[in-house]
Amino acid sequence: MEPLRFIAEDGARADPFPLSPEELTRGYREVVRARVFDERALTLQRQGKLSVYPPYKGQEAAQVGAALALDPGDWLVPSYRETAAALACGLSMSQAILYWRADPAGWRYPDDLRVLPFYIPIATQLLHAVGVASAGRYQGEDWVALTFIGDGGSSEGDFHEALNFAAVFQAPMVMVVQNNGWAISVPTEKQMRNPRIADRAAGYGIPGVVVDGNDLAAVWHVTREAVARARAGEGPTLIEAVTYRVGPHTSSDDPGRYRSADAGAAWLARDPVSRLRAALEGLGVWDDAREEALRAEIAEEFAAAVREADAAPEPEPQQIVEQVFETMTPDARAAWEVLRRG
Amino acid sequence: MADAPDTRPMTLVQAVNDALDVALSQDPRVLLFGEDVGMGGVFRVSDGLQGKHGEARVFDTPLAEAGIVGYGIGLALAGMRPVAEIQFAGFLYPALDQVLSHLGRYRHRTRGRFTVPMVIRAPYGGGVHTPEQHADSPEAVLTQAPGVKVVIPSDPMRAKGLLLAAIEDPDPVFFLEAIKLYRSVKAEVPSGHYTLELGRARVARAGDAATLVTYGGMVEVCLKAAEVAAREGVELEVIDLETLAPFDAATVMASVEKTGRAVVVYEARKIGGFGAEVAARIAEETVWSLQAPVLRVAGWDAPYPPFSAIEHHYRPDARRVLEAVRKVLAA
Ligand SMILES: Cc1ncc(C[n+]2csc(CCOP(=O)(O)OP(=O)(O)O)c2C)c(N)n1
Repeated sequence: MEPLRFIAEDGARADPFPLSPEELTRGYREVVRARVFDERALTLQRQGKLSVYPPYKGQEAAQVGAALALDPGDWLVPSYRETAAALACGLSMSQAILYWRADPAGWRYPDDLRVLPFYIPIATQLLHAVGVASAGRYQGEDWVALTFIGDGGSSEGDFHEALNFAAVFQAPMVMVVQNNGWAISVPTEKQMRNPRIADRAAGYGIPGVVVDGNDLAAVWHVTREAVARARAGEGPTLIEAVTYRVGPHTSSDDPGRYRSADAGAAWLARDPVSRLRAALEGLGVWDDAREEALRAEIAEEFAAAVREADAAPEPEPQQIVEQVFETMTPDARAAWEVLRRG
Repeated sequence: MADAPDTRPMTLVQAVNDALDVALSQDPRVLLFGEDVGMGGVFRVSDGLQGKHGEARVFDTPLAEAGIVGYGIGLALAGMRPVAEIQFAGFLYPALDQVLSHLGRYRHRTRGRFTVPMVIRAPYGGGVHTPEQHADSPEAVLTQAPGVKVVIPSDPMRAKGLLLAAIEDPDPVFFLEAIKLYRSVKAEVPSGHYTLELGRARVARAGDAATLVTYGGMVEVCLKAAEVAAREGVELEVIDLETLAPFDAATVMASVEKTGRAVVVYEARKIGGFGAEVAARIAEETVWSLQAPVLRVAGWDAPYPPFSAIEHHYRPDARRVLEAVRKVLAA
């Protein structure tokens, strides 16, 4: 299987092309929004205003393309890498900042947002996505659950169990593997013998698709088809989005310790953002003025988000023992009093 | 006849089945699933429930414990009330990642936005000559998971009321059922719906000479020991914890303050077992009322033996409990 692609590296569009110019423009806005958030978040982290932050530079199209394929009412079940997908699903920038600031104020998302919190223990979210997907059927809902995992995570047992459960129960779930070449320092070739992760779908009796993860049109298209199949009761799909982790694993990581400085140089030419812009320009619907206006708008959104996040109340020690059970236990109550006194 | 209590004699298996039936009947969000659950389960706990409530609500899963627990967490996050069965507590270990990493953390990490009202049932413990691995008692591991309740009933009537309370609880509950008790006792169980409060220990037998603190399959062992002691004029108080987490310290301390002597009885491996927590709490909170050191009677520091002929030397019995009682009374 060769990765499906609709936008060439120079921005040339395949014919037929799956997205309307309006959709492509919307996708571009979200991709730029994601890029700007990521770059500025990393800066905030360097200034000590975020805790550990996992950047996703180079993977914006894989995340945003998949997220845009969801309808309102669908669910996102992300790993730590998917801030871009969460933003595209409606998580506000200020909430995302507070989340990565590790501030309790950021960890309660709005009640109407069907986005689960970021998951740290690798691959554990996948099983939850299957359960969330199935839960709709019992409630007369036709929602779909979209979940993400990395190439490294595909080695975990939960990856297998989730695909098997989803297949057996024909759960309306779509799983996107962002094959970004690295699991911290371990390259994909040390992770698996067959580098085509989508091939594994056959083993579960479900469709597997491989797509150029740096091509927003391709990711959006295959995810949209998978979501439609899921909603129609035709079961789950495994999508492998081939992409590249351009930056460090997290803000604490130094890739210089395990890969050469020019590793992945070829991927810079495949940058999802500039490729998309070239496609829009080819359509005649984008120019420097629009670009400038968009960048200014997003810069203001980010600045406002920082102001909002900075205005959040300071975390208080007793919050540590709150929200363990619905009703506080006597032990927790005693601890709460101790912590409140500081 | 209107005054006749509406009860029926039931084994613990039947009482759990009855509780599940009531829960499935009254709440459409309740789902029951696990390995072989559809045909009734290896202990026949879910007998007849698939036929009555349908294959969508009572169903078999693939044979994967992490999958069972993780799938259930997802169902609970999105509005269902899953009741998962792990076939034996000794086969829970593949699911421990889901239990320790997620089950009890969701309310905390989303500050109450998402909760996991899920019950995980598992038969546990020894005494019936099961093969290797089948007799484990991993309750202490589970009490190390914050945000998870751990309930272990000791008789059919209490099992039904506690299980219904667990299913209706807004937080995740582990519900361990002593295999030894599954069919060994029959007791009157009220029909229909009733609940017993979680988080409360109970005085299973009142006495003043010493306190036996125990739970689950060891309650009958301690009651037997208390009967024997009573014949010699020694009245032992037996506290049945029922809920290990959250721990009802008040009931335990009230008893120990009264008797001044405590023996903690559990069948899991002694070191790091839940009885160690009980003993530590007694030391922290009421050491001044103690007339003797707190003793523990528990499984030996070895794997639960798969050797049928000598298995009964592992699991505490009334004789070992009484030996410890004699020691604390002599002190
Ligand atoms: C169960 C578990 N094991 C190990 C880790 C530590 N860890 C965090 S990220 C990571 C690599 C993940 O790589 P991959 O799945 O390819 O995703 P990526 O980070 O590239 O997005 C590891 C080993 C973890 N978080 N969870």
